[in-house]
Amino acid sequence: MEDTHTLNDGDLVLELPSDIRSIEHAVDFVMRRCHRCCEAAQRLNLNFRVGLTEALSNAMLYGNSHDPSKRVRVEVAFQRGSLHARVTDQGQGFDPTQVPDPTVPENLAKAGGRGLFLMRELLDEVSFNDRGNQVTLVLRLDSGGGLEGGIQA
Amino acid sequence: MGFQVSQNGDVTLVEVEGQLIVGNRQELKQQVLEQLDGGDKKFVIDFSHTGYIDSSGLGVLVSLSKKIREQGGELRLSSLNEDLRTLFELTKLDTLFRITDTKEQALEGF
Repeated sequence: MEDTHTLNDGDLVLELPSDIRSIEHAVDFVMRRCHRCCEAAQRLNLNFRVGLTEALSNAMLYGNSHDPSKRVRVEVAFQRGSLHARVTDQGQGFDPTQVPDPTVPENLAKAGGRGLFLMRELLDEVSFNDRGNQVTLVLRLDSGGGLEGGIQA
Repeated sequence: MGFQVSQNGDVTLVEVEGQLIVGNRQELKQQVLEQLDGGDKKFVIDFSHTGYIDSSGLGVLVSLSKKIREQGGELRLSSLNEDLRTLFELTKLDTLFRITDTKEQALEGF
């Protein structure tokens, strides 16, 4: 992990190499910081953790095509009861509307294709920039029931 | 974090400790395929000590299950906590696997 610095209390920016071995450590680091800001919440532990892992995986594997010279930028902020994570890669981007549903019978037995689906299921908001190389994840922590159980998004 | 492999009769039990994610999925795949190449056909992967699984982890389970079935074997999963079970239900992968509450149940009658 490189180039880590704090913006404000609770806000965080990371610049990562495109190395999938760095994902777990980066996510753990972010989660520790989030727990300081947001207190323990099960939705944080599962929904945000898995969603952020998926975003980083997609950025490194598909966005940056495993190119170790390309970087992934992660920005995390806690704003008005919501946790926001923006993940940007240096790839060409993709069209998120063209990703097939992994739960239909013809795709169910495929090994891949569940990352974006899980992000959309687990986070309250998932949005992309026009180029398709930046995803923003939002997890609301102050909505009814949101603090108690995992999933629910 | 790692994988503990043991034999229970003719069943290979793999216990996932920590996470099953993009960074370690190949390690699990390699360990199971080595056992499969060695003639093992019955596999249980146990998640009693697993924190979370991402889509890559789910994908490697799908891939392994297919390869094991192609060799005439079976892969069963056990001890998914509530969050992990919900991930399987969301992705409908609970319909692809035999999932038991405990590893003992998975081993019974295999």
